[in-house]
Amino acid sequence: MMTEKGPENKKLGIYIHIPFCIRKCLYCDFLSSPASEGERLRYIEALCQEITIESRCYFDREIQTIYLGGGTPSILSGEWIERILEKVYLHYQVRKDCEISMEVNPGTVTADRLTAWKRAGVNRLSIGLQSASDRELKALGRIHSLADFLHSYDMVAGAGFTNLNVDLMSAIPGQTPAAWQRSLERVLHLEPAPKHISAYSLIIEEGTFFYENRPELPDEDSDREMYRITNDILSAAGYQKYEISNYAKPGFECRHNISYWRRQDYAGFGIGAASLINNTRFRNTADRKAYEDYYLETSPDNTDGNKKAEGRIRGSARRENGIKEEQHALSIEEQMEEFMFLGLRMSKGVSPAEFCRCFGRPLEEVYPGLVDDLCQKRLLRRRKEGETGEEWIALTDYGVDISNYVMAKFLIT
Amino acid sequence: MASIDQSKIRNFCIVAHIDHGKSTLADRIIEKTGLLTSREMQDQVLDNMELERERGITIKAQTVRTIYRAKDGEEYVFNLIDTPGHVDFNYEVSRSLAACDGAILVVDAAQGIEAQTLANVYLALDHDLEVFPVINKIDLPSAEPERVKNEIEDVIGIEAQDAPLISAKNGIGIEEVLEAIVQKIPAPEGSSDEPLKALIFDSLYDSYKGVIVFCRIMEGRVAKGTSIRMMATGAKADVVEVGYFGAGQFIPCEELTAGMVGYITASIKNVKDTAVGDTVTDADNPCDAPLPGYKKVNSMVYCGVYPADGAKYPDLRDALEKLQLNDASLRYEPETSIALGFGFRCGFLGLLHLEIIQERLEREYNLDLVTTAPGVIYKVHRTDGEVIELTNPSNLPDPSQIEYMEEPVVSAEIMVTTEFIGSIMELCQTRRGKYLGMEYIEGTRALLKYELPLNEIIYDFFDALKSRSRGYASFDYELKGYELSELVKLDILINKEEVDALSFIVHKDSAYDRGRRMCEKLKEEIPRHLFEIPIQAAVGGKVIARETVKAMRKDVLAKCYGGDITRKKKLLEKQKEGKKRMRQIGSVEIPQKAFMSVLKLDDD
Repeated sequence: MMTEKGPENKKLGIYIHIPFCIRKCLYCDFLSSPASEGERLRYIEALCQEITIESRCYFDREIQTIYLGGGTPSILSGEWIERILEKVYLHYQVRKDCEISMEVNPGTVTADRLTAWKRAGVNRLSIGLQSASDRELKALGRIHSLADFLHSYDMVAGAGFTNLNVDLMSAIPGQTPAAWQRSLERVLHLEPAPKHISAYSLIIEEGTFFYENRPELPDEDSDREMYRITNDILSAAGYQKYEISNYAKPGFECRHNISYWRRQDYAGFGIGAASLINNTRFRNTADRKAYEDYYLETSPDNTDGNKKAEGRIRGSARRENGIKEEQHALSIEEQMEEFMFLGLRMSKGVSPAEFCRCFGRPLEEVYPGLVDDLCQKRLLRRRKEGETGEEWIALTDYGVDISNYVMAKFLIT
Repeated sequence: MASIDQSKIRNFCIVAHIDHGKSTLADRIIEKTGLLTSREMQDQVLDNMELERERGITIKAQTVRTIYRAKDGEEYVFNLIDTPGHVDFNYEVSRSLAACDGAILVVDAAQGIEAQTLANVYLALDHDLEVFPVINKIDLPSAEPERVKNEIEDVIGIEAQDAPLISAKNGIGIEEVLEAIVQKIPAPEGSSDEPLKALIFDSLYDSYKGVIVFCRIMEGRVAKGTSIRMMATGAKADVVEVGYFGAGQFIPCEELTAGMVGYITASIKNVKDTAVGDTVTDADNPCDAPLPGYKKVNSMVYCGVYPADGAKYPDLRDALEKLQLNDASLRYEPETSIALGFGFRCGFLGLLHLEIIQERLEREYNLDLVTTAPGVIYKVHRTDGEVIELTNPSNLPDPSQIEYMEEPVVSAEIMVTTEFIGSIMELCQTRRGKYLGMEYIEGTRALLKYELPLNEIIYDFFDALKSRSRGYASFDYELKGYELSELVKLDILINKEEVDALSFIVHKDSAYDRGRRMCEKLKEEIPRHLFEIPIQAAVGGKVIARETVKAMRKDVLAKCYGGDITRKKKLLEKQKEGKKRMRQIGSVEIPQKAFMSVLKLDDD
């Protein structure tokens, strides 16, 4: 998991955003909404255009991971998923062992779709269960029941998908630690058990139904108790926590998500999708119509597109087409900040040696006394690893509980 | 404008309870007399400061001169002096009234007479002004002009049957008011041949002209070159310019003569030399005695004002200096707090004055301030016979050196509808009020008279009054004097350390209750730290209340993926920014606004 930096970085992750769902969940702040068949088709066409056109910027990159998120990608018909991924295979150098994940909502799985996903090369499915209690599912505004999930899960497993993730959510309105434990245990009893479990505590984000209509949430103490329970039960069952909210059987960590926390380059396609390329962050417009109009009128031979693409390769000026927004070239300080606060999300933590390799300055020089201070407060700990005895710095359990406090300390400006 | 017939001058003001439409009527008068077209009218011409417009109150006296052609075919000069409308500025009001010959009493047709109506109208009658009423807001569905007319006659005892019925907002009945001004308000008396005798009713500082003195010429005349002397302060100067007041501008003229209202500039550098209420006379030909009624204005309320960023101390000092040029009633002197560093102890006329100054410092001078709990001036009689005027609780001598203490007391009048008498009396009781009596007005309303310690009413009394009477009670007070009181200093300890800026003086019977609520409030304001923080209230070293801020348990972002990073970083930045706005006391970070907690103790 080394960060490779600079323009010589040839690796790339791809994120593809499908902004459609059957109904918006009450806690959801992702860019997603219900849409008609025709609307979806138009979007997919634009998306395929974007994937094609943008490929010029990434001709020298090797694709490590692909992630189809949303929204609910699984509500699209199987052929569309195939079409999207075919565009990627056609225009990019995709590694043979590329991790190709897709988010799936219970109740949207059909035999046809499963066959198509397999054919399209999807090799990892992430299923959003959230809770094994129908009452809690209702409280979250989910469209499915536990029975729906079990049915979908059986179908997925039956079709031969083995690399499976189940999403669970704690601190749901009205949830007790005991109820949370039942959800976890229900998931562990699945046959076959998932290789990966994402367990989040519910966050009320701005722009959601819950933000406007704040529900009564479990108190801080229950919330932290649930977090402990998660850790205890999942580690006993052979899962390792490798990030604040992510657990996996050894070797099944989500490589795509890890690339975010290790600051590897990724290109986001589709509306609202974010990218990090050569230490510049940018994001596609959230305006679906503008996005579609732009890409549907731009053919791959479009010279304008070519010119812009060349700019991209040089890693400097980006297209100013109103589609790629919020372009921000990260200063060295910002890169350091990100290195720290993203890296510390990982259980493995950050390596001072790696920091020095990336930025040419020792961690201790940039943050004098800070790591010692936080270690003394039992928020961070130092660890030696491997034969080389390389030092790593990671959050303690208490450090995770109040990680914002710790991470804010690593902001320089 | 060479010669103005004194008999054609009308000097008047408008008195009213707050919100009864005083400024709106002033605007209509200005508009109808043609000084400004309605297109040029900005609402409430006389409220100059941005702050005044926003709050809908008048802070400084404003004056405007207009010409009215009356139905008798003659042209009259109207000098309208707009007075401040708040009890904090009572003295300014009284001096402005002294510059007038008559007053228009504006009464809301729905609400009738209120406490300030009475206070202001009595003040006007005390100055022998001719007062005539107008009933405003007659277009309101709830208007009861007949009832209000009777009320005015019964309660105040002035003729009201032919009072103009108007709506200043909609321009109804304004002509009638203008005619009434001509007919009912007397022309000024006084002879221009006597030695100069002019009343200062306001002044302001202009960076080009120096101090501009607003005055009413009672007798004599003044022109460019006149050598003048302020009789109370003794300041002398030669007049550079005289003139009168256009709408928002100064219009120079040859001379001001008896009966006129205008301004004088004389390269005076400091408004302190031109105290409101002082008499201006001719240094070479002085009048025999000054006008009556001058008094030195004293601050009633004190608080510590500190820059949020210690490095801004010089900026704060400069800003206070500049504000004082225009506001002689603002007092300040440097002080040091262990918790807050370098700042100033400032004296104000009242809480509104305090708030206004604070807002002006923040807005006009772009300063971020921390203010401590406002307090009054206590008289501390020491065992060695010395008497200290205490404005900062931290300076209270050791109890063993104190013989006794006195606190300021006001006599207050509260007007309230009868259904709320019980709850208002209860409020006054809890504020250590001494009941003096009650008068019924019109059967449905009563005027309650109380003596109240000033420190019980400076923070939130008015709000409590409003909330206990559904907004109907009105309130007026004046300082009565000092009385013996059993007072103690309440100290606050945060993480076992005394925070000087949070100490305040309180009556011993309220100490426990105040201490407890202060701890509760601070518990809400102080964010969780990595460790537990005890908050204690103590009197004389004895802890009387305690709360605990629990250690931080959870502050974590569960999710942070590719699309979240920029936003999550902003969140962390905000968190870090929040810390900058905190004060470090020992190992505890206290938000700036916690220092104002004591202001919000009564949330009933």
